[in-house]
Amino acid sequence: MNIRLTAFATTALGAIWGAQAFAQTELTMWYHGAGNPEESAVLDQIVEEFNASQSDWSVVVQSFPAGAYNDTVIAGALAGNLPDIIDVDGPVMPSWAWAGYIQPLEIDQGTIENFLPTAIGRWKDDIYSVGLWEAAVAMVTRRSVLEKYDIRIPTLAEPWTRDELDAALEAIKEGGEFDYPLDLGMAWSADEWYPYAFAPFLQSFGGDLIDRSTYLEADGVLNGDAGIEFGEWWQSLFDRELVPGTSQDPADRDSGLIDGKYAMSWNGNWAAANAVEAFGDDVLFLPAPDFGNGPKIGAASWQFAVSASSDHPEGANQFIEFMLQDRWQVAFSNAQAVIPATSSAAAESELYAEGAPMAVFYDLSKEQALLRPVTPGYPVMAKIFRKALADIASGADVADTLDAAADEIDADIEANSGYGN
Amino acid sequence: MATISQDNHGLRLAVRYLVLVLVAVIFIFPLVFMVVSSLKPDQQLLSDTGSLRAFLPVGDIGLSNYTHAFQRAPVGLFVFNSVFVTGLTVLICLLVCSLAAFAFVFLEWRGRAVVLSIILATLIVPFETIAIPLLLLVSKLPWIGFSGIEHGWLNTYRVQILPWAADGLTIFLFVQYFKDLPRELIEASRVEGATWLQIYLKVVMPLAGPVLATAAILKFLVMYNQYLWPLIVVQDEAYRPVMVGLQYFFQLNTAWGEIMAYLSLITIPVLAFYLVLQRAFIASIASTGVKG
Amino acid sequence: MASSLLRSDRAGWGFAIPAFALIGTFIVLPFFFAFYLSLTNQRLISPNPTEFVGLDNYRSLLGVAVVTLEPERGDDGAVLRDEDGNIEYPSLRSVTRNDDTPQYRGMREWFRWSSGDDARVVIARDVVFMKALVNTFTFVLVVAPCQAALALGLALLINQRLRGINVFRGIYFMPVVVSIVVVSLLWRFIYDGQDGLLNNLLSGLTFGLFQPVDWLGNPSTALGSIIVMSIWQAVGFHMVIWLAGLQTISPTLYEAADIEGATKWQRFRFVTWPGLRNTAVLILIVITMQCFALFAQIDVMTKGGPLDSTQTLVFQAVERGYGKQDISGGSTISVLLFLIVLCISLIQRWLTRERT
Repeated sequence: MNIRLTAFATTALGAIWGAQAFAQTELTMWYHGAGNPEESAVLDQIVEEFNASQSDWSVVVQSFPAGAYNDTVIAGALAGNLPDIIDVDGPVMPSWAWAGYIQPLEIDQGTIENFLPTAIGRWKDDIYSVGLWEAAVAMVTRRSVLEKYDIRIPTLAEPWTRDELDAALEAIKEGGEFDYPLDLGMAWSADEWYPYAFAPFLQSFGGDLIDRSTYLEADGVLNGDAGIEFGEWWQSLFDRELVPGTSQDPADRDSGLIDGKYAMSWNGNWAAANAVEAFGDDVLFLPAPDFGNGPKIGAASWQFAVSASSDHPEGANQFIEFMLQDRWQVAFSNAQAVIPATSSAAAESELYAEGAPMAVFYDLSKEQALLRPVTPGYPVMAKIFRKALADIASGADVADTLDAAADEIDADIEANSGYGN
Repeated sequence: MATISQDNHGLRLAVRYLVLVLVAVIFIFPLVFMVVSSLKPDQQLLSDTGSLRAFLPVGDIGLSNYTHAFQRAPVGLFVFNSVFVTGLTVLICLLVCSLAAFAFVFLEWRGRAVVLSIILATLIVPFETIAIPLLLLVSKLPWIGFSGIEHGWLNTYRVQILPWAADGLTIFLFVQYFKDLPRELIEASRVEGATWLQIYLKVVMPLAGPVLATAAILKFLVMYNQYLWPLIVVQDEAYRPVMVGLQYFFQLNTAWGEIMAYLSLITIPVLAFYLVLQRAFIASIASTGVKG
Repeated sequence: MASSLLRSDRAGWGFAIPAFALIGTFIVLPFFFAFYLSLTNQRLISPNPTEFVGLDNYRSLLGVAVVTLEPERGDDGAVLRDEDGNIEYPSLRSVTRNDDTPQYRGMREWFRWSSGDDARVVIARDVVFMKALVNTFTFVLVVAPCQAALALGLALLINQRLRGINVFRGIYFMPVVVSIVVVSLLWRFIYDGQDGLLNNLLSGLTFGLFQPVDWLGNPSTALGSIIVMSIWQAVGFHMVIWLAGLQTISPTLYEAADIEGATKWQRFRFVTWPGLRNTAVLILIVITMQCFALFAQIDVMTKGGPLDSTQTLVFQAVERGYGKQDISGGSTISVLLFLIVLCISLIQRWLTRERT
């Protein structure tokens, strides 16, 4: 009786789940895309095809809202409750690798040969994560505005110099047509925006958040001569009222450029579609200015990794390898406006193919992108840098503020015994 | 009052209403802004924020934000989860806190002062500061389920309810209220041979209408707005509450109109609960006449 | 004495135990764990072993020293002055980043005053914490009395028997019903420094004479702006508690007062206020607690800026514990906060004790 009952249940289950699923081992995955139906649809499709393409593994996705994702993973790790596959924001990857949340990937090197180098998460000779896409930041403006003020349109080969940028901003300010010539996005004070978008300016000045040869010391780098020169310039933007300050309201950040409050906006590819729609052919996506040490923008977006506690790393790796195909990159790019990680996928995508309105972003990622410091100490460093930028913008003494920030970063590194560096 | 002439009375009444209305204007505008904005497309919503237009349903008005909000997130599920968790917590909380307050005010027992002091001291602990230790604790706690003893409370309703089921504020609220009730009533019942439970149920609780309503409202608000705790203990979307759900709407390109639509929707249960309790509150006063 | 009548150890514990057990498990126990963390170097994310560090965390928060800066002198020994006639002092860097004074390394200026030609500078190991402490106290001292009084005023206003009064009860409670996160977002629009509603309104009322103020972007107005918004937001919460207290006052007392021909003020002074004693104690304590826990508004509106003018203790505890992954440092702030509020509530209880 019992046996028959079990047999019946099994057949019934088999019928419900499909004969194949019956033998598959379940792999759980956490993803940051909740609340984004287009993105979720692509991921669901990948999972569906993967589950159907082989008989060993069956991936199940649990999505979280992006704003809460990192906290969720940290809580999950503390409670010993991580899934098999997670996605990780590029700059946070070393922290999670160091803490033992994720393990090195074991995928065929051939599959990632053509990837943008910044889409590959390397830490200490191991690859821990790979992204299907990149993100990039550009100076968004209108051709007609630049022409009106007789400002040269910069190119990747010949970006604006610091003097040119300053002169352009002054000229527009002089015109009195806009509330501010440039919107840096100071309203986005919550997340990674400040370090992601503004540290490249510091790096172009010749400074950095930390000495990248050892990853042990910020003193002398963040608050060195180049750092202080950057800080003085940064403060002058606010003193001269060329950009709105930390109290900018989020509505202005989202719509100020299009409403004509600002002449230019320092913003990412994710917001570019709105500008294209509003300005059509008039829109320009300009490269970062060169402050002396080459033009730079931040790099590394969301990437995929295998959790260290996974019981089935081989299955997890297999799924990530399956995801890396060009066609999925194209699908994500079309759905999400993200920049594909390979040139071949970019060529097939709607937005980044040659001649497409946002193609320039792929080149920006390729030419100007600089990874944020690749060290487990980065998340803390980023917080400290964020506060220093906000304080300097509000009028704090530049040298004192950067000194204090460098001290705090160094103290944190010491408290963490060098973060394994 | 009888000596005041009818005219004068009317004038006074008008002044009273005028004051009430003026004060009302100061307090109602966030709700008006929220609801009005939920009807506007993003671009217009944002450009209206600087003027009084923000409070007027003018321009391109429609319900599309609501349809989009439902597409973006399982709004109904989130509201259900929150109402369920909140409702159950409020019930348990009212029960255990009023029992405790009853013991603190009407009973004399060894350890009373110490226990009360400890409970009041917990009022001071901001939740943010114990979240991590509490997370480590609940991830190990046992529970007797259908399949025997399980360990770990993550991804459940109980993990959202039990840690909040008793709190110092609610106990304090009951204590201060019970102090105002006439002790002679209790003593008289005692003399008549009533048990403590009978006194609690038949003498004290029938008089506790206003404080029950007040405590319920305040607890409801706290529970309904939970964010950090469910965020770290609930990974499964099936148990996610409304405030975590709000995060679904803060994408790289924030959908302000949908946020306002979502907020308007999730405010309905709180408002309904408040209004219902207000009525009960008034009714309970009318029927008891409270103390002398 | 009725004490024998009301005495029962078994019933007392029996009634109190469910709540006490819940609070003990879910608040007291974790708090002791937080206290233990404050004595270690525990990080939120780290493979490194946890070490016991004694009171180091407390020292690095509370360390304060006073240093004296002598004015810069020219070759002739005269005190140097800048264009405005202010005495020029060497930069504080010469003390805090000097190998001769390693004990001051990493400390920063909190505030200074002059004493003769010298400048006395108070330097702190953690200036941000000190500022958070001062801001938190300012917030409590302003908000607690204002909010309690306004809430009582509102409660009296809606405790009238008027047609439709329930509608107003609902409306006054509105800001409490809408989540504080949302309210804070909305007020960010209102306080916008360029064309925010408040600036537009003030400019309209003064026929354009009023110059726009960057309410949240200016260190001298930011905390005040948050205080006003916070009072407005939470006043309905306390109104409800006052209202419950008002309902406990017997109508017969008012009738008696009317018969004796009491004025409105006398009615309030001799009937209402004495009847609200227990409620007043409750409200004062609750407001104080809530004020000390100030967090969400800061997180949404200013992140502690500009120039630390809106830093608060709980914001710092969260920023440190989670943002900077220094869970032991964050716990230390919590323990300090606990001790501070405990002292205050002991004083409050002593001041409002029942004099028999």
